[in-house]
Amino acid sequence: MARASKERAKQQAHGDGDVTQVRARGAAAGDDASGLEQRSENHQIRVRGLAKTFGEHEVLRGVDLDIERGHINVIIGGSGAGKSVMMKHLIGLLKPTAGHIYVDGEDIVPLDDYQLNRVRRKFGMLFQYAALFDSMTVEENVMFPLLEHRKKEMSRAQMKELVREKLQSLGLYNVEQKYPAELSGGMRKRVGLARAIITQPEVLFYDEPTTGLDPIATKNVDEMIAEISEQLGVTSVVISHDMASTFRIGHRVSMLYKGQIVASGSPSEIITNDHPQLREFLEHSGVNVATAEVRR
Amino acid sequence: MSKLISSMSRGIDRIWATPIRFLDTLGEMLTMLGRAFLWGLRPPYRIGLTLQAMEFIGVGSLSIIVLVSMFTGGVFGLQSVKAFRVFQADGYVGTAVSLTLTREIAPVISALMVSGRAGSAMATELGSMRISEQIDALATLGVNPIQYLVVPRLIAATVMLPILTIVFNVCGMFGAYVFVVLVMGVDEGIFIHNIRWYTDVGDLGMGLIKATFFGLMLALVGCHQGYNAGGGAKGVGIATMRTVVITSVAILVMDFVLTQILMQVGF
Ligand SMILES: Nc1ncnc2c1ncn2[C@@H]1O[C@H](COP(=O)(O)OP(=O)(O)O)[C@@H](O)[C@H]1O
Ligand SMILES: [Mg+2]
Repeated sequence: MARASKERAKQQAHGDGDVTQVRARGAAAGDDASGLEQRSENHQIRVRGLAKTFGEHEVLRGVDLDIERGHINVIIGGSGAGKSVMMKHLIGLLKPTAGHIYVDGEDIVPLDDYQLNRVRRKFGMLFQYAALFDSMTVEENVMFPLLEHRKKEMSRAQMKELVREKLQSLGLYNVEQKYPAELSGGMRKRVGLARAIITQPEVLFYDEPTTGLDPIATKNVDEMIAEISEQLGVTSVVISHDMASTFRIGHRVSMLYKGQIVASGSPSEIITNDHPQLREFLEHSGVNVATAEVRR
Repeated sequence: MSKLISSMSRGIDRIWATPIRFLDTLGEMLTMLGRAFLWGLRPPYRIGLTLQAMEFIGVGSLSIIVLVSMFTGGVFGLQSVKAFRVFQADGYVGTAVSLTLTREIAPVISALMVSGRAGSAMATELGSMRISEQIDALATLGVNPIQYLVVPRLIAATVMLPILTIVFNVCGMFGAYVFVVLVMGVDEGIFIHNIRWYTDVGDLGMGLIKATFFGLMLALVGCHQGYNAGGGAKGVGIATMRTVVITSVAILVMDFVLTQILMQVGF
C-alpha cells in the first residue's frame, strides 16, 4: 500500500496528464480511487501516447499499453508493424518522439544513459537473433552480466558453476567453450535466454523468440518461456506473430496495427474480439480459432 | 516558368544538402566525443579492453609502418639528393629529409596507414555489432556501449598514433640513410651532422601533436560510422567505405590547418 502511494506521488511529480488519463479510464470502467492504486500494483510497465517517427516515417502513433506484473504479455502484429521498435522503447534503447513509459511508476523517457543503466538492471532481453557477442565463447557470453554486476558478491568459480547450471536447465550440455557461430539457431536462442535470466531480472523481453525455429523447437521455447515465467515469477513481454504460440502461453494479448494498439485482452477475449484487422490477422494465421488451445 | 523555378530550387536544395549533412555528421561526432569523455571518467575503467585495442592498433600496425616508412624515407632521400645536387648542396639532404619527415610525412602517412587498417576495422566491427543487435544487447545488460566499445578505441588510437609516428621517424631516417649515404655516396658525417643541427624537439613535437589529433579523429570517425550503421551487411560496407574516405580527406585537411596553427605558435 505504502509502495502504491509512493508510486503515485512519483507520477504526480512528473506533472503530466497521465494520472488523470488513467483515472478517466478507471472511471469509464466503473473503478473507484482504489482501482487506480490497484493498477500501479498490477502493472509493471505502463505506456501512454508513445509515438516514434524516423525521419518522415511514422512508426508508432500513440501506443497505450499496460504490461501486467508476473504475467506473460504477448504483442502481436504483422511484420513491419513496429513491434521491435516499441519493445526497444520499453527498455530505453530508443527515445520516443512523444509519450511516456512508466516502469514501476517511474517515467523512463527523460532518463539519461546513466540513469537508464540502473533501470535496465530490472530487465533481461532475448533478441530476435539472440545477439550473442560473437567474439566470446558461450560461457563468456552467459557470464558477462555476472562479471559486470556481481563481481563483488561472487567468485569466478561460483559464476562458472551458475553458468553451467543455467545452460543445463535449458538443455544445453558441453557448449561452454563453443563460439556462437558454431551453434544452431535454436541453441543460440537458449544461450541468449541463459544470458538474459542469469541475473534474475524482474522483466523479461522476448523479440520473436520462435521465428525461424522448427515446430518442435518452437514448442520447446514456448514451454521454456512459460516455465521461466512461473518458476521465477517474472513479468514477460513477448513479441510474436505465431498465433498458436500466442494462445498457448499468453495471459494477455495486444495487437499492434499501424502504430497503435487496436485490441487488448485475455486470449479468449481476443478470439471473440471483432476488430476487423484482428479478425483478418487471426484468419491468416492458420490457427483454427474455434479449436485453438487457449490458456486458462 | 514555374517548372524552371521549382527545378532551380531543387538544385539549390541539393547544393545545400551536402554541407548540411556534413555539419550534421560533425555535430553527431562531437556529441559522441563528449559522451565518450563523460563515460571515460566514470568507473569501471575498461583497462583490459583499452590494452587490447592498443595492441590491435599499435602492434598490429607496426610491421606495415616499418615497411612503409623505410621505403618512404628511402625514396624521399633519393629525390632530395637529385634536387640538392642541382645546387651542389647535397650535404643538406639530411636536413631536408629529417625536417619533412618529422613535421609532415611521418604523422600523415602513419595516420593514413592506421586509418586504412584500424579505422576501417573499427567501423566494420562496431557496424556488425550494431546490425546484429549486439550493441543493444550490451545496453540491455546494463553496460554502456559508448564506455565499453568507443572509449577504449579512442584512447588506444590517440596514444598509439604518436608512438607509431616515432617508429616511422626512426625507420624513415634509416631508409634515407641507406639510400642517401650508402647508395648515393653522400658523406655520412655531413648527413648526420646536418640532421642533428637543424632538427630539434620542436619539429618532432609538431609531428607528434598532429599524430595525436589524427589518432583521435580516425578512431572517432570509425566508431561513429560503425555505431550508427544500418541496413544490414550493405550498411556495414558503406560505413567502412565512408570511414576510409572521410579519414583520408580529414587527415590532409587537418594537417594543413594544424600546420598553420602550430607554426603560428612557434613550432
Ligand atoms: N532505426 C531505424 N531507423 C529508421 N527506421 C526504422 C528503424 N528501426 C525500425 N525502422 C522502421 O520501423 C518499422 C517497424 O520496424 P520493426 O519494429 O522492426 O517491425 P516489426 O514489427 O516487424 O518488429 C519498419 O518499417 C522499419 O523499417
Ligand atoms: Mg521485429
